[in-house]
Amino acid sequence: MIQKQEIIEQLKEIIKPYVNDKLALNSLTETTDFINDLKINSANLVDVVLDIEEKYNIVIDNESMERMVNVQAAIEIIETKVGEKN
Amino acid sequence: MKFEEIISKLPYLKPFLFVDEIIHIDENGVEGIFTFDENLEFYKGHFKDNPVTPGVILTETMAQIGLVCLGIFLLDTTYKNETVIALTSNEIEFLKPVFPTEKVTVVSEKMYFRFGKLKCKVLMKNQKGEVVCSGTIAGMIV
Repeated sequence: MIQKQEIIEQLKEIIKPYVNDKLALNSLTETTDFINDLKINSANLVDVVLDIEEKYNIVIDNESMERMVNVQAAIEIIETKVGEKN
Repeated sequence: MKFEEIISKLPYLKPFLFVDEIIHIDENGVEGIFTFDENLEFYKGHFKDNPVTPGVILTETMAQIGLVCLGIFLLDTTYKNETVIALTSNEIEFLKPVFPTEKVTVVSEKMYFRFGKLKCKVLMKNQKGEVVCSGTIAGMIV
């Protein structure tokens, strides 16, 4: 089981190339919203999700993609998908 | 889907339609051609007394053939007249100028098509077979 804080740190690295506002990225918490807080557009959010798939070796379906609006949802989806794998 | 059918579904009209013909299309990519008519309006101003096809028009031509035609093919029956598409990013390098009356071939290779976003590696060749520009273009259904 990966620790939540560890996932948050890994998410920061994944998201970094798509965020211009470095201050918002540094203050990232579980409640951070990708679109409203980090100003990631929907096209770049697809790339973030593809990078998450690669990093954790998981497949994210359309339904999960629609839920992936903030850090908390991303963590839940990663934990679930990684869990299904084992 | 037939090549003509794809072109008829494109959401563009002259003078902003930059696809003459599709030569090949499958789920992994597309190849198409366009000839730059010397009477296209922008040649009057780009540049003064020295008509050269603007880079943005080359990018548009690559996007219409390489991304939109392929997108319509991939979406098949889920693509409707009211489907709204948008260019989301591109990174293109320009290597050679394209002058009026030149016929270009655009070759596009799908990188991925996920969650409504299509990203492709696209290049444009002139009649000599020289690469005039190349790069990546992405768009999505909005």
